[in-house]
Amino acid sequence: ETGFNSVFDRKEWADLEPVPQDDGPNPVVKIAYSDKFTDVYDYFRALLKNDEKSDRALLLTAEAIELNAANYTVWHYRRVLLQALEKDLREEMRYITTIIEDQPKNYQVWHHRRMVVEWLNDPSEELEFIAEILSQDAKNYHAWQHRQWVIKEYKLWDSELEYVEQLLEEDVRNNSAWNQRHYIISHTTGYSDPAILNREVQYSLKQIKKAPHNESVWNYLKGILQDLGLSSHPGLLEQILELKETHCSPYLLGFLVDIYEDFLENTLEHHEEVLSKALELCELLAREKDTIRREYWSYVGRSLQTKYGSSDSSTTTSAPGIDPGSASGSVHQETPCSS
Amino acid sequence: MGTQVKDVVIKSDAPSALLLDKHADYIAAYGSKKDDYEYTLSEYLRMSGIYWGLTVMDLMGQLTRMNQQEISDFIKSCQHDCGGVSASIGHDPHVLYTLSAVQILSLYDNVNVLDVDKVVEYVRGLQQEDGSFAGDKWGEIDTRFSFCAVATLALLGRLDAINVDKAVEFVLSCMNFDGGFGCRPGSESHAGQIYCCTGFLSIAGQLHQVNADLLGWWLCERQLPSGGLNGRPEKLPDVCYSWWVLASLKIIGRIHWIDKSKLRSFILACQDEETGGFADRPGDMVDPFHTLFGVAGLSLLGEGQIKDVNPVLCMPEDVLERLGLHPDLLS
Repeated sequence: ETGFNSVFDRKEWADLEPVPQDDGPNPVVKIAYSDKFTDVYDYFRALLKNDEKSDRALLLTAEAIELNAANYTVWHYRRVLLQALEKDLREEMRYITTIIEDQPKNYQVWHHRRMVVEWLNDPSEELEFIAEILSQDAKNYHAWQHRQWVIKEYKLWDSELEYVEQLLEEDVRNNSAWNQRHYIISHTTGYSDPAILNREVQYSLKQIKKAPHNESVWNYLKGILQDLGLSSHPGLLEQILELKETHCSPYLLGFLVDIYEDFLENTLEHHEEVLSKALELCELLAREKDTIRREYWSYVGRSLQTKYGSSDSSTTTSAPGIDPGSASGSVHQETPCSS
Repeated sequence: MGTQVKDVVIKSDAPSALLLDKHADYIAAYGSKKDDYEYTLSEYLRMSGIYWGLTVMDLMGQLTRMNQQEISDFIKSCQHDCGGVSASIGHDPHVLYTLSAVQILSLYDNVNVLDVDKVVEYVRGLQQEDGSFAGDKWGEIDTRFSFCAVATLALLGRLDAINVDKAVEFVLSCMNFDGGFGCRPGSESHAGQIYCCTGFLSIAGQLHQVNADLLGWWLCERQLPSGGLNGRPEKLPDVCYSWWVLASLKIIGRIHWIDKSKLRSFILACQDEETGGFADRPGDMVDPFHTLFGVAGLSLLGEGQIKDVNPVLCMPEDVLERLGLHPDLLS
């Protein structure tokens, strides 16, 4: 007797010869595993060897999975058995639900669930289940892949934007949720309707006010505007300059540089003034506000100077004084950011 | 406005010198204790484990301490009738372990231990109509597998076996609004996937399709105040991202956008002075995976004591030199 419920001790397994681990034709070192692991996997290998398709085999895969849910060969074999034995897939759904709840960061378990959903052609539990997993870890990469697949495959777009907003309420820095926002809108309304684009811009600015130091929202804002051009969105520059007074961050300053760059690319007026503002920001970021990325900011400054500087401009990134008189879109005087 | 950035704090007594000898000893001894539970549990990825161990040993000039014959025999036993290679004996074939096997044999200049034509057939058979690659017969699609497929074929000189244009089309369809890549179209950008996609595009000769400035910015944003790199926004730093992020930046010609000395300090702090090896972050348990990527990251940063590593294939440059493989890099 081994002291635990070993397969070796079970009468119904007595007919099978367990197959010990084979580490190759020239095993150099004798292998000793933890007893229970050895017991279960020896019998699993025996089943594989005999290509046995039986209920006891299915039960054993569950035990093997419990010991090591990452073993993709066991999962393969379980799927083979499920099909060969024509097992109740609803029961399998309950099984995989339990496994994922226990080990949600594993490729095999999610892939298995997807296969079962496909076989059943029934996604009805998925959104709720995934939401539950995400409530434990809102950034679980596997869960998000599965969610995107379910939504796209079964056209379950309708309530997803609402779900994303709820997640962003809980954690506005959840990059996965921002990605999902982009996914949903891209696949439904798209961003080409100006009303929708503006809605998204205003939504983003609102989130920025809540948490200014948030990579995701700034990447999102830039992402949705970059095709049309950051400087083309009416009133955006003013809104950003306003935010700069109260909710500044290195991201905001970088975004300003991006707006100015887009402006330089698309208009011929006021180049010198805009360029000097952009260069000043690059220098501020490199020198003080985002020093860990000073090489990047220096690069941006140099690129702008090269592309838009006049031939007799200075080659340093520090800008000369700003000309008096207004530039279109510039309402506020530049002041050093206090962040 | 005070917000807490998710990051680690490196203690003042964290390791700051490179302990290569200790790491070599750690790897050489790993797996000799075959009753180690962690070793047992990781059998399902054994082929990759061997690749990690051998590659880091080669980078440290210590490859001869490993048992070439035993490993070659092991690999031979892992090739299945379909041509694919499994992680270990009795496991099912998969493109991940097929690549690892070919990488290992390339280190030893001995790919003919495998039936190469059958490997090529196996990889070819994994390509889908939309150009993507499944990992195995069960059909999971992931840009990781696109990378594994072309890397395997490039090492064997058989890239012509697949539809490269279609494969490129699929990978490009995984490019996101932030310039990054995910595992499937629409998936969140992730440094590991970005490495696979930029590596893929390098091998396929299509790096010009990357928006290098945009992606470079996203990648250099991974650097946290501690100097370490994370894999996506608002995540903790992990030494393996020293590889995924850094290699990607090298491939797109923007590695200088990282603060190198801060990153180096972070990587060195992830060493374990007692056991040797690297952990994901300072103070955690070491493993061969993080050991390889810590050392490889240091190599990319120009560490003199470590051989040059190729950023696309994560193998010593001299091995690729021997094979005549020079994957593109942007400047």
